[in-house]
Amino acid sequence: MLEIAVKGNRNYWMWIIFLLIVIGIGKIAYLDQFFNGLMITGMSRDVSWGFYIANFTFLVGVAAGGVMVVIPYYLHDYEKFHRITILGEFLAVASLVMCLLFIIVDLGQPVRMLNVLLYPSPKSMLFYDMLVLNGYLFLNIVIGWKVLEAERNQVKPPAWTKPLIYLSIPFAIGIHTVTAYLYCGLPGRGFWLTAILAPRFLASAFAAGPAFLIILCYIIRKFTKFDPGWEAMQTLSKIVCYAVIANLFFFLCEVFVVYYSGIPGHKTHLQYLLFGYHGYNALVPWMWSGFILMAVGAVFLVIPKLRTNYILLPVACAMVFIGAWIDKGLGMISGGFVPSPLHHVTEYAPTGQEIVITLGVYATGFLVLTILYKLATQVKEEVGG
Amino acid sequence: MMEKSRRCFLKVAGIAAIGLGAAPAMNFAASDSHGSAAAEKAKSPDALHAERWGMAIIVKKLNDKIAKQITHACHTQHNVPDFTHEVDTQAFPNTRAVNHKQEIKWIWKEKFHYAFPDKEDEFLNEKFHHLPFMVTCNHCKNAPCVQACPTQATFKREDGIVVMDYHRCIGCRFCMAACPYGSRSFNFRDPRPFIAETDPDFPTRSKGVVEKCNLCAERLAKGEQPHCVEASEGAIVVGDLEDPESDVRKLLKEHYSIRRKQSLGTEPSVYYIV
Amino acid sequence: MTKNMIMGGLAVFVLAVLSPFWFNMVTTTQAAPEPELLGPAKQAKKCVLETYDMRANHMSLLDEWRDAVVRDADRIYVAANGNFFNMSLSTGENSCLGCHADKAKFCDSCHTYTSVDPYCWDCHTNPKEIE
Ligand code: SF4
Ligand code: SF4
Repeated sequence: MLEIAVKGNRNYWMWIIFLLIVIGIGKIAYLDQFFNGLMITGMSRDVSWGFYIANFTFLVGVAAGGVMVVIPYYLHDYEKFHRITILGEFLAVASLVMCLLFIIVDLGQPVRMLNVLLYPSPKSMLFYDMLVLNGYLFLNIVIGWKVLEAERNQVKPPAWTKPLIYLSIPFAIGIHTVTAYLYCGLPGRGFWLTAILAPRFLASAFAAGPAFLIILCYIIRKFTKFDPGWEAMQTLSKIVCYAVIANLFFFLCEVFVVYYSGIPGHKTHLQYLLFGYHGYNALVPWMWSGFILMAVGAVFLVIPKLRTNYILLPVACAMVFIGAWIDKGLGMISGGFVPSPLHHVTEYAPTGQEIVITLGVYATGFLVLTILYKLATQVKEEVGG
Repeated sequence: MMEKSRRCFLKVAGIAAIGLGAAPAMNFAASDSHGSAAAEKAKSPDALHAERWGMAIIVKKLNDKIAKQITHACHTQHNVPDFTHEVDTQAFPNTRAVNHKQEIKWIWKEKFHYAFPDKEDEFLNEKFHHLPFMVTCNHCKNAPCVQACPTQATFKREDGIVVMDYHRCIGCRFCMAACPYGSRSFNFRDPRPFIAETDPDFPTRSKGVVEKCNLCAERLAKGEQPHCVEASEGAIVVGDLEDPESDVRKLLKEHYSIRRKQSLGTEPSVYYIV
Repeated sequence: MTKNMIMGGLAVFVLAVLSPFWFNMVTTTQAAPEPELLGPAKQAKKCVLETYDMRANHMSLLDEWRDAVVRDADRIYVAANGNFFNMSLSTGENSCLGCHADKAKFCDSCHTYTSVDPYCWDCHTNPKEIE
């Protein structure tokens, strides 16, 4: 099937070359980090995780979001999703590739990475995270590939894919739950120490993932002859709508508990994010714009007139997506580290080089996504036409 | 123990390559034709033992000078880099500018309300504002860092010391997120240009690993007291918390003491006598 | 594609894969270095293991040592030949470099020759260099 990927028009190749250039630049920036250490990042003794881990967390969500098309289609036989399930699965694959790359670029000693397997530590959440992430990646590759191949040959997918598909559903929930457990099981970090963190992660994942999928559907419609189906997109947008509302609701619960109880160890972090703390407020404008974006997006999506508007829908989805990225990507990690356990305030901002490396990882993910989507859409075109 | 269970696991897991790698090492004793006995590994007869090492800091006896002395003794003899140190550009050309937020420290002085943020009090006894509180790794009984580490690079020894295996650390910094006391530092860069005089009795670290206080395990093994104890002019006492007759326990019996963030249940082994 | 083409391609592939060997055959004239025993090591009759074992397995031994020291707090090695050693690369007289005084001639000569670059010295120090 891969031969499809090497046949494309000018636009396709321009895009691939563009991605390759970004990857190349990112790689050069990474090599410098590899040889000189993480000193090139904006991270510090107090804020020991930064942009890489933040984007990792966000993308785990996007990957898990793919399950929002898998469940209706495979569990509830929702036929309208027939055409886009493969898109959801391949989006998960690309996101997971980025997740794993982000973990690797974040390691201080990446060459010793396999120590996680050589000395398995069942008490460490990172161990389980590695298991579920790789498991989910494997499942999605196998399922997506087999189902697409069957479609191309106009036969039914092999029977053994069915149990794998069912298995992928708990895995999707699992990757984001375990990723939340990385944070919420740490005794000293009041901001993360909340049982609602995993549900909140899932809610924002189920908003961001499908929102991105809708945007991708628009792109596919524009550049290929394959039509994912307006009705499928509408159903997806409802999923985005309720998920983002749930996410905002969970956040408000958080705000209530923290401010009403007034326990300083928990409050100071939110205070820092929303209003600034002891004069430090770098993230305040970001956080507010994030929440406003999500809230406005939710309003757009909840009103049928606006949701069904062909022009407005992608705008609303982009708002939700960017809002969720700010919430999880910028606020969630920095918020946990500021103030530090000793209540010192050290602010964090990624350096230019850190951002270049991050873009390189994103470009790699988009390259994988482009190739997989090229396969999927081409096969669908062939079969449909 | 560790070693054995690890091998067992690997065998069970059938990671053949690793099994092969370990196999020759296990035969060392047998392969020596001249020796009568098998090779053995042992502790020095002088080594100090404890069931659970702990520390008592008599805060009254500290002042800024002693605090400085303590940090200096620990840091120089453990080759902890000092990023204010002027780099020898001949030996280390092209050393880049320093980000001082990426500092490394094992034991240092804090004001009371930073060392004990949960005990902050408007009407706190005046003198507490000025006393230097020395903070370091607490060698927690229930150490969150040990639990978090995905490679067992951070682990708890039988005698309660939480140690780091710098050979094994992958630099994921999960332990730093897990430690509620900010006791850990990460080597964001090669520390060597910033070590004024390398102490030959202790290794330096490489870039990309986490480090922290090791309660001078290397000195206890030789029967010596930790550097901080020696530099503290009697303000720091290290001993066995499980032994009712130890100096530490006697101090704790006679004086009121506090520990950092006791409510988290980590059971720190460092006590502050105030 | 003819059979000849396939065979030809295979031959080119095999040659290319073995290129490091060809490269070395052409460029290397050096004979394998012998580690030199200098300092106390010259007088001492016995090392930790027999020379042959030491050559073949010193890395595994060191691996075992570091686990013993760091993880089990055992620092002394009583070799099968009855000698005591300090399980350390460089600290104290009874350590590797304590006895083999010249790291360059003992460790590095072979490591350089075989192009292995162990990361021991990223952290461990050569007492000579410090002075
Ligand atoms: S103080 Fe921090 S680093 Fe030390 S044992 Fe406790 S959790 Fe671990
Ligand atoms: S940084 Fe090192 S010691 Fe800390 S958790 Fe990761 S592997 Fe373990």
